[in-house]
Amino acid sequence: MVAAVPQMTASTLWERARGWRWPGVAMRTIAAILGGYALGALASVVCATLLPLERAEAVMTGMLLSFAVYAGAVVWVFAARTALRAWVGLLIPMAVLAAAAWMTWP
Amino acid sequence: MKNGFRQSMAWLHTWSGLLVGWILFAVFLTGTASYFKGEISQWMRPELHASAAGPEAAAELAVNALRQIAPRSNTWSVGLPQERDPIIRVFWRSPEARRFQNAILDPVSGERVDSRQTRGGDFFYRFHFELHMQPIWGRWVVGFCAMMMLVAIISGVITHRRIFADFFTFRPGKAPQRSWLDAHNAMAVLALPYHLMITYTGLITLMLMYMPWGIDAAYNGNRQAFFAEAVGSPPPPRAAGRPGELVAIGPLVAEAARQWGEQGVARLTVHNPTDANSVVQISRGDAGRLSMNPQTIVFNGTTGERTSETGGDGAAAATRGVTYGLHLGRFAGPVMRALFFLSGLAGTGMVATGLILWAAKHRQKRAATAKPGFGQRLVDTLNVATIAGLPIAMAGFFWANRLLPLDIAARPDWEIRVFFGLWVASLLHALIRPLRRAWIEQFAFAAFLGLAIPLLNALTTQRHLGVSLPQGDWAMAGMDLGLAGMGALMGAIAWKLARRPETVPVKRKARDAAMPAAAKSA
Repeated sequence: MVAAVPQMTASTLWERARGWRWPGVAMRTIAAILGGYALGALASVVCATLLPLERAEAVMTGMLLSFAVYAGAVVWVFAARTALRAWVGLLIPMAVLAAAAWMTWP
Repeated sequence: MKNGFRQSMAWLHTWSGLLVGWILFAVFLTGTASYFKGEISQWMRPELHASAAGPEAAAELAVNALRQIAPRSNTWSVGLPQERDPIIRVFWRSPEARRFQNAILDPVSGERVDSRQTRGGDFFYRFHFELHMQPIWGRWVVGFCAMMMLVAIISGVITHRRIFADFFTFRPGKAPQRSWLDAHNAMAVLALPYHLMITYTGLITLMLMYMPWGIDAAYNGNRQAFFAEAVGSPPPPRAAGRPGELVAIGPLVAEAARQWGEQGVARLTVHNPTDANSVVQISRGDAGRLSMNPQTIVFNGTTGERTSETGGDGAAAATRGVTYGLHLGRFAGPVMRALFFLSGLAGTGMVATGLILWAAKHRQKRAATAKPGFGQRLVDTLNVATIAGLPIAMAGFFWANRLLPLDIAARPDWEIRVFFGLWVASLLHALIRPLRRAWIEQFAFAAFLGLAIPLLNALTTQRHLGVSLPQGDWAMAGMDLGLAGMGALMGAIAWKLARRPETVPVKRKARDAAMPAAAKSA
């Protein structure tokens, strides 16, 4: 199979990686690791307190889903076109979930 | 990032995989080995023989032993012999201590085990999620790596445009990074549902530690109440302070066995055994059922009457139980277990080929005459020390089990020291030797360690292949043959590496120009 279209190989990624401003990557990494966890945790809390299920069931559901939320957040952070979008895309859902959690925290 | 979705996912895939790849290799390999935890433990305690005694007899032996060992303990816990793990484990806690102590009893005599002291298959099992660190730290490290793995899988799937077409592509003769990429893709896509399942369910097994915040929010931090409601296990009762006589255990176990089958009774816990408020909880085992959620019958300890039973699970609790069960795979019969094992090996190979691929690509990008940079050398050395070194260490663990004197103090710890010692030696060897020699020599050594296991077993025990095969003792025979098979695999890799001529990294343009010529001679 001859690659007529230049395939995105890791070696060309290297070139691009060197060209990126490292602080940007560092900021996104922190946003992904910490912000993603916070988003997953908030999602689990909101599920636990707001889902119309028995208490134990709602808590379990929140926990089961939290890792998918975390992974999705990480993908978002690195897919967003700009670092600003990456942060805003995390902070808005976090704010919404945090507000919902705070209003229902017993 | 600015480069488009798939390119940014390719970048994410490379880095989320590379940074924790070596830990993931160790987690995958020890986890895959743990599918045969019971067989490994049996092989490592060759003096013990499986007993045909039923659970009632074993329970009586265990409780009598605990009366001798820990009469004042407020909790006795017993693991009854199971088909794949035919020993009695007893646990107790002295009133002052917080941690449990344990002992292993012979299932026939009830005596403390008269077999060599060893951690057995439990060493690899716990290493898989604790990395032999302090349990809390180890579980957080593995959890972090598991999250990285999940991200790597998702980004890998997004990146892999022609996922189905490429699965049927394997070009072993091409330039190194093309072949490694094909191998990486094949192993990843071949068992992709498994890899995704095993990673996500792995996170679920420890989710109570990783994401407890919902419990705190909904139960005001009362985690006991959550457990009681979630899986229906009542909290243990307080001691009344009055002495009481514990009823005979055998009939209670027999009642449980009538409900779950003889093989189904797995665990027995006695709370406040010498008190008037004693309680006996009998739990079902994992074999033959998919969910890990406990099924427990609770009896009053002084009267022997049944007081409660864990009931049906809600949907979320059942989901958790089943996904946990999928990860452990204890429900699996022999064929299913073999498939799980092969899928685990594919996952291990996926991680290994990914690491090697990165190094190969990076080497190819460098000018032919440039010295390898720090990053290249770091990755190359860690690759050898992990991908070849860990199998050596694991094989060495089995050798230590057979060769260490039976009566030295802390014998299990010495077996583990041999494991880590060999692993460190592999790292040192990788630092000293030229890269290609290091790979070949270490794979060759791993091959020797594996292939010689049946011989070692014959020289050191009475349960070698000449005895175990005619008897149909598949735990022992399977271990001998399986380890020899793994050794043969290592040997085949070493052989193939030794035959291939030295490849010198060539600049890309020159290689592309030479491609037609190289393709003919490949």
